[in-house]
Amino acid sequence: MSASNTSATMARALPAQSRSWLRDLAGIAVILVSAIVGYFLFPNNLAQLTRIIAIMQFFLSLDLVTGYCGVATLGHAALFGAGAYAAGIAAAHFGVTEPLTMIAIGAAGGALAGLVSGVVILRGHGLAQLVLSIAVIHLSHEAANKASAYTGGSDGLSGIAPDPILGLFAFDLWGRTAYVLGIILLIIVFVLLRILVRSPFGMLCRGIRQDPIRISAMGASVKATLIKMYVISGAVAGIGGAFNAVSTQVVGLDSLSFTNSAEALVMLVLGGAGTLYGAFIGTIVFIGVEDFVSAANPFHWLTIVGALLIAVVLFAPKGLYGTAAALVERYRKGSK
Amino acid sequence: MTALFEVDHLMKSFGGLDVTRDVSLSLQKGDRVALIGPNGAGKTTFVNLVTGHLRPNSGKVRMGGEDISTFNAMKRVQAGLVRSFQVTRLFAEMTPEEHVALAILQREGKSGRVAGSFQAMPEVMLETYAILETLNLVALARMQVSEIAYGQQRLLEIALAMALRPKVLLLDEPAAGVPHSDTFLIENALAQLPDDLAVLMIEHDMDLVFRFAKRVIVLAAGEIIFDGSPREVTEDALVREAYLGSYAHASSAA
Repeated sequence: MSASNTSATMARALPAQSRSWLRDLAGIAVILVSAIVGYFLFPNNLAQLTRIIAIMQFFLSLDLVTGYCGVATLGHAALFGAGAYAAGIAAAHFGVTEPLTMIAIGAAGGALAGLVSGVVILRGHGLAQLVLSIAVIHLSHEAANKASAYTGGSDGLSGIAPDPILGLFAFDLWGRTAYVLGIILLIIVFVLLRILVRSPFGMLCRGIRQDPIRISAMGASVKATLIKMYVISGAVAGIGGAFNAVSTQVVGLDSLSFTNSAEALVMLVLGGAGTLYGAFIGTIVFIGVEDFVSAANPFHWLTIVGALLIAVVLFAPKGLYGTAAALVERYRKGSK
Repeated sequence: MTALFEVDHLMKSFGGLDVTRDVSLSLQKGDRVALIGPNGAGKTTFVNLVTGHLRPNSGKVRMGGEDISTFNAMKRVQAGLVRSFQVTRLFAEMTPEEHVALAILQREGKSGRVAGSFQAMPEVMLETYAILETLNLVALARMQVSEIAYGQQRLLEIALAMALRPKVLLLDEPAAGVPHSDTFLIENALAQLPDDLAVLMIEHDMDLVFRFAKRVIVLAAGEIIFDGSPREVTEDALVREAYLGSYAHASSAA
């Protein structure tokens, strides 16, 4: 192993690295372009687009634990709801109405919920894990329902009136400010998460998904790593929840629902888990199906969702993004 | 002088079946020991017990005099006791480069970092490629493990063990599943292990055992029946009986 030989191999190592950065830049560009196109295409429907942004952050957060760490959970909305309620309660009961502070509080609330549900859910494996996650979401739903003095119970938490952002940009009736804030948040979160999944910690998590026993044979703690990822995932979901509270000015019990959690998992599988990009595609398919298919056929739209899911699981097991990426890769190799 | 690694009266039973019966052995720095025995002798169980993947009924494991019996698998690795697996355990979707880098980062306590990339850490990259180079894996450094041949996956198992810089290395059939014509690759890899490392190797390939080991331990039905030099092991009556049953006498008569 001569030094020159080693440095030669390292020089060869660099191109692949820059290529993945290029892909991230492309990802950011796609978000920006879609945001601008969406803005001009649906000027009267910005509220719906803003909701999509919040859901995207929720799906990204689920992708961290499910896609990267292999933890199957049906209780992830607990993290999103915790962020939403943390921000909402801070605003409605404690007068914290500065929107960026509210979002920071939401992130902290989500991280705390991530810690708690991580500790509970990670006690089990496989089926037991799934059942624990269902228990988590039902318990948190019921807790929010009972604590109606703070959460408004089944009536929802209203009276959230965020100040203008940085004292400059007030939330308008058309939802333009909320939309722009959402896009900025989404890009920041996306960039931070791309850095995270590429980091040594991200690599450790991918290793845990593929073979936890090998990871412990390397001297790393599987549990501590997963809980850490759960906290990070909670912060991301909390940002999404808090943003939803800021933009809609109301938090409902449905943000803590089992249905939300299950739909998120299904749509993540549909979009392609473990890539972050799959979360975007999953969200768009989800909203698209919900909006357009249910409008076209209000009676059978769930059947169509089911058929779509079966088709994806059978013919594109890596999800829409994963399968597309694999096809592109094969094409690239074939053309060489 | 205290032994670098010491197993003291280890016992394990599954229900009524004693799979490890009062096993004691010790290793010194630089030891090259082969652990052999017929199928079902409890060799892999022994490794699982020692590395903390199974709990023994009784008995102690010590590293440099320190009792590590209560440590979990992770802490034992941190204490310098590293194993490889009989059936390759690797991350199918990761590259050899990532595998080795992850092991190095873990050893250095940097695997929890949430930013930066190992490819931007020159010292990690240098060591990664030095190890891959030793094992002739550089050409495959950027391929997914699921796409590389099994024999090379076996080499990567050894690469991971090297990257963790253990004091004691337990190799569970490093040549298992490797075509006989490629065993020399494994042998070359084993020859590259640091001199002061104590190695205990489980192996069925006797040619490899006799070339590698300075000492042979034979396990049969959970018990150590022989501990001595490779030269003596072939002549030992108990060992012959364990492997060949009553045929041992027939063959010696013939």
